Amino acid sequence: MAASEKSTIERVRATLARRNRAERRFKNFGRAAVLVGLVFLVLMFVNIILTGYSAFWQTFVKLPVHFDAQVIDPGGAGDPETLGSADYGALVKTSVRSLFPEVSGRRHRRDLGQLVSRGTVFQLRRMVLEDPSLVGSRAEVWVPADDDYDMLHKGNVDRTLPEADRRLSDRQIGWFDRLADDGRVESRFSATFFTAGDSREPELAGIRGAAMGSFFTLAVTLLLSFPLGVATSVYLEEFAPRNRVTALIEVNINNLAAVPSIVFGLLGLAVFINLFGLPRSAPLVGGLVLTLMTLPTIIIAGRAALKSVPPSIREAALGVGASKLQMIVHHVLPLAMPGMLTGTIIGMARALGETAPLLMIGMVAFVVDVPQSVTDAATALPVQIFLWLDSPERAFVERASAAIMVLLAFLVAMNALAIVLRRRFERRW
Amino acid sequence: MADQPGAAVMEAGALEFRGAEVDLVDERRESRETVGTPFIDDPRMSCRDVNVYYSDNHAIKNVSLDIGREQVLAMIGPSGCGKSTFLRALNRMNDTIDGCRMTGEIKLDGNDIYAKDMDVVPLRALVGMVFQKPNPFPKSIFDNIAYGVRIHGLAESKSEIEGIVEHSLKRAGLWEEVNDRLHQPGTGLSGGQQQRLCIARTIAVSPEVILMDEPCSALDPIATARVEDLINELGQDYTIAIVTHSMQQAARVSQRTAYFHLGDLLEVGPTDQIFTNPIHPLTEDYITGRFG
Repeated sequence: MAASEKSTIERVRATLARRNRAERRFKNFGRAAVLVGLVFLVLMFVNIILTGYSAFWQTFVKLPVHFDAQVIDPGGAGDPETLGSADYGALVKTSVRSLFPEVSGRRHRRDLGQLVSRGTVFQLRRMVLEDPSLVGSRAEVWVPADDDYDMLHKGNVDRTLPEADRRLSDRQIGWFDRLADDGRVESRFSATFFTAGDSREPELAGIRGAAMGSFFTLAVTLLLSFPLGVATSVYLEEFAPRNRVTALIEVNINNLAAVPSIVFGLLGLAVFINLFGLPRSAPLVGGLVLTLMTLPTIIIAGRAALKSVPPSIREAALGVGASKLQMIVHHVLPLAMPGMLTGTIIGMARALGETAPLLMIGMVAFVVDVPQSVTDAATALPVQIFLWLDSPERAFVERASAAIMVLLAFLVAMNALAIVLRRRFERRW
Repeated sequence: MADQPGAAVMEAGALEFRGAEVDLVDERRESRETVGTPFIDDPRMSCRDVNVYYSDNHAIKNVSLDIGREQVLAMIGPSGCGKSTFLRALNRMNDTIDGCRMTGEIKLDGNDIYAKDMDVVPLRALVGMVFQKPNPFPKSIFDNIAYGVRIHGLAESKSEIEGIVEHSLKRAGLWEEVNDRLHQPGTGLSGGQQQRLCIARTIAVSPEVILMDEPCSALDPIATARVEDLINELGQDYTIAIVTHSMQQAARVSQRTAYFHLGDLLEVGPTDQIFTNPIHPLTEDYITGRFG
């Protein structure tokens, strides 16, 4: 008896080293995997931030502007319509030329006019309309530089390249350097990037339109998919009879979760736009499409969360005479809520990053105006990133990276909210 | 088995008489008729020819039994004998199980609880239940008890609810221990306290009958003793049906005992008699510990 007991312990000891080694090996694999993941994450962030952070700054040029009464308001009536329709382009040209009086020749003068952003014209017009007393006066005005000079100032143009390979000639670079030496060039925080919609001119393009589009789209998605998803999972899990029909529905919901998102875009195009006549490019339709896409995820997570609520709580509620709905609303749902929220956030995060279904319903359009409601034409953040990366201007690449940062910030904010909500709903038992 | 008496005769004729006795005991042993006193005068609940099936499994077979007013009925029997199933039939908790069917008749104060127009919500308010594992809601102690009162609208005002909570906790012998932390989670109490909290939660909706499904099986001996005292005390005002694995517990808390065996109700009688002088041979086997 004693001998066999001893041999048992010996046998256990013999395998012990192997078992411990296996455990250590697994732990080390895990650490290595985490490390590799972290390295890639850091690389991604460093890359995006290095490319994108400069988009938050914009190069400005100080122009000596003469608000010439002869150009703006020859009659001197001060009529807003006259003020509004005046030739501000001429003012800009005169101002720039006054800085470089020696430049002659049509081509060079034209190049000179492109030193500052095309938006300068609208900026001067706005100034005059806001304060008509400016007419006739002279003022030093900071205006955004054109995107090519912006890139030059930010060091994104290689001056050692042969002149023919650059977008700016030696002469143009010379002009800009002279302005910089005169203290007429400054880098400032670019409010435009956060307040403007899209634009053909990188220095005038902003993220606001896409962000608002994403916001409206996700708001529609959340408002529809969360209540629908929760109600569906409650009905399927708690009320629906278990038969072939519900089994078929369950299989199909699982299948829907794996359907490529562009298919939902096609469905949205066919049903919401062509059949129901909803407007194209609208966040409303985008939200509806993304709702279809998110629902299976929410329903599956919701059902799993409902299943994980211990039966003892259900019996306790029924035992004191709660009706089935009371049992679910008062006891089962609060316990299942953290799981349901996780599913919802996963679905919403996926919806936030989704481009393909939006292509099908026209949310890929070039939209300058910032959308004000769910029916305005809009685009979304990932689509905006795609559009900017597709543009030839170097300055748009920088803005695309900045837009990615905004998108990631959105995502982090959403996840943080999810964690806060989970904490609030989580209960011990 | 039937060969055995014959074999005995072959060995020695003197054993013939004894063989007849074995025959007699065997016949009684094979009988699945209920013996004893299943019926009483003026019962709170009366069950007639109750059968319960889980899909194809015939879990309760033709059980007829009365449950008396203001007394404790203990249901004992080996595992899987159907005593919990029968208990859950008494407040229709079996309705929540897929594939569970029931035939026969169960009346509470003369009203058929399986009648078409009987709603389970008021039924379960009248016939409360305490479960095997303490299952307080993940809410405060106060809310655990106030929940049933609130959903049934039993109190007009907040102070009335507070009164009911205090009274229920006092009845359950828990007031002294928790009155300074009513708003802390009920799940933070010890196992025995949780079970008494569940009993308080049940009596808060002032039921007529309390069903208890092995209420002490998850508790330590001291907590068990406290709950047993409580059952003894509550038995003076409430009709209680308790399923238990412990025969000592049945002997300590109940006035009547029913012995279930593989879905059959074999014997019902006053607890003293069942434990000292059982009629059915299988009851005797069980309480003397020959199986169980």
